[in-house]
Amino acid sequence: MAQHESTYVPKSAIAKWWDQRLPIMRLMHDSFVDYPTPRNLNFLWTFGGILTFVLVAQIVTGIVLAMHYQPSAEDAFNSVENIRRNVNYGYMIRNFHAVGASMFFIAVYIHIFRGLYYGSYKAPREILWILGVLIFLVMMATAFMGYALPWGQMSFWGVTVITNLFSSLDGIFPGLGTAIVEWLWGGYAVTGVTLNRFFSLHYLLPFVILGLVILHVWALHVAGQNNPTGLDVKTKSDTVPMSPYAISKDFLWMFVFLIMFAWFVFFLPDYLGHADNYIEANPLVTPPHIVPEWYFLPFYAILRAIPDKLGGVVAMFAAIAILVFVPWLDTSRVRSSKYRPIYKWFFWLFAFSCLALGYLGSKPAEGVYVFWARIFTFYYFAHFLIVMPIVGILETPKKLPRSITEAVLGEGGAATPKGAAAAPERR
Amino acid sequence: MKKLMSTTLRAAAVVAALATGAALPSTVNAAGGEPVHIERQDWSFGGFFGHFDRPQLRRGFQVYQEVCAACHGLSRVYFRNLAEPGGPEFDEAAVKALAAGWPNKITDGPNDQGDMFERPALLSDPILGPYKNEKQARAAQNGAFPPDLSNIIKARTIENHEPWYIHVFNMARDILTGYQEAGADYVHAVLTGYAEAPAGFQLSEGMNYNKVFPGHQIAMPQPISAEGIQYQENAGAKSSLEQNSRDVTAFLAWASDPSLEARKRIGWQVMLYLLVTTVLLYIAKRRIWARVEH
Repeated sequence: MAQHESTYVPKSAIAKWWDQRLPIMRLMHDSFVDYPTPRNLNFLWTFGGILTFVLVAQIVTGIVLAMHYQPSAEDAFNSVENIRRNVNYGYMIRNFHAVGASMFFIAVYIHIFRGLYYGSYKAPREILWILGVLIFLVMMATAFMGYALPWGQMSFWGVTVITNLFSSLDGIFPGLGTAIVEWLWGGYAVTGVTLNRFFSLHYLLPFVILGLVILHVWALHVAGQNNPTGLDVKTKSDTVPMSPYAISKDFLWMFVFLIMFAWFVFFLPDYLGHADNYIEANPLVTPPHIVPEWYFLPFYAILRAIPDKLGGVVAMFAAIAILVFVPWLDTSRVRSSKYRPIYKWFFWLFAFSCLALGYLGSKPAEGVYVFWARIFTFYYFAHFLIVMPIVGILETPKKLPRSITEAVLGEGGAATPKGAAAAPERR
Repeated sequence: MKKLMSTTLRAAAVVAALATGAALPSTVNAAGGEPVHIERQDWSFGGFFGHFDRPQLRRGFQVYQEVCAACHGLSRVYFRNLAEPGGPEFDEAAVKALAAGWPNKITDGPNDQGDMFERPALLSDPILGPYKNEKQARAAQNGAFPPDLSNIIKARTIENHEPWYIHVFNMARDILTGYQEAGADYVHAVLTGYAEAPAGFQLSEGMNYNKVFPGHQIAMPQPISAEGIQYQENAGAKSSLEQNSRDVTAFLAWASDPSLEARKRIGWQVMLYLLVTTVLLYIAKRRIWARVEH
């Protein structure tokens, strides 16, 4: 896919001069304008573009917020209030940033589940997938540290609970966990020192994500996009140029996404947050229920489902790490679940388990909630470790179309596409 | 053989899905006590067209001034805010006079002699409560600490206690209707929730019974009397405990979120822009894809 001929023709003398010295316009043209995309991509393939937009939006709003924010235990909460109340349009920028974090996770979860459903992790896209898992991991770290910055009650106690998890490593090597926790805190408790370093890292990590995104897109453009059939692109008639075809879908769905985004920013800015975070951090008063942000809830449920602290921490990190091995755990010969009559059911059971874990993570860890959290935690891991390898071997996939073109145009793929992408050759 | 195995696997998946779906917990008893139901109120500032009711904010400020300010500060709100658009919109000269006469003076300084001094508040000063710090407040209030009310509406909410299958629908309804008034509903419920403790209820010394406060014991005595405070003739409403509570809650909602009106107004402009652009993009997409069979 990436090996397609460059069709970039510099139009002006300056463009020509530039192209001979640094062909960046050629790179952009070949990667995002004339780039061949499968002709059958559905709206789920627009989330890569949406995520790029949200990342840039978070960086821009974040830089503006950092101009007004004070990363100290004494001033952090006051400075956020100042942004909300006194900075011109500060309330809007803050809402964009706070809601933006949630939108980032909504988009990334759709993106990940799309990859899981259509088998986008399978060869030759393993590196692409693993880079995605890394982005997800760094995103979670960034969001966690970002949530600490307003220095409200939930910020403070969330940081206290989560950083304390590392102390469980004392169970492996005495003193190791304590040393790590003190190193993270910069002292013997969560203080302004901790806040200050979190702010520093919260400013740094988005640029790490940006770097990983560039690698992710590069890997994507080497292997080419997967598509709803999971078939490889075989002929030119299987593809259309990215511009204007894929781009027109990208923009449409980005705006649909922005409608939801704006809905929350302007009408429900606090819906995705927690009321306790409007109370300034107080180390002497513990909130009755310490709950992380919604996007961490499934992992929080897994953490608490395991009766042992160290075991819980290991399970929580394993829940993310296991994604790295998905390309090799899935033994199926076909990519797309569309042609996998049995696995399809398990996919939806897995999706349901994640939602259920999210719900259970928001509830206190007691009684029947723990019971169900254990059931779903079991399935979460069983899906990867048992279902993926076994179903892939046992299942008989449905008959695949011979090509993407045939999948779109029906048996025989008779009609020749009319557009620019039309290719005379047929299989 | 393979066919049989597929069928078995499929059946197993269905059974597992049904079993997990049917048996999730339906009762909640999280905090130990029985969940308290808090009635949702009709607020002028709720929903997509929400805006503050100006006379109500003014009455609410009167309640704050005459009742709450005896113990609670409002220190993130500045006197100037009271005259700004989107709030009670008092006359600026009146707010200046109000600030000058506010009983809790501003500590300023040091002066040229190096001493701190107290002076009357200006428009640019915060609305302070009677206590300099938490220790002083607790010393005066029998150990209790009256919190600053600037954020009180945003810092309070109503706990969800409904079973999960109802929770899902309530969530969808709240998102679609833009429900953000849980804090106001809660504060209103606390202010109107004072009652005689039921027989057998162990009330600690110096505490008061409240129907909705968590644990039912609240240090704050009933702040508003049954007949309410004296409203002016042209205030727009008859004073009562219920009316006072409603008004001061609305005022505090504004204090928590002074940009609410601007936010919702701009919100509609943004939504309109996005909707129109989305329609145009949809048309563009259809035209572009009409060139190829798909």
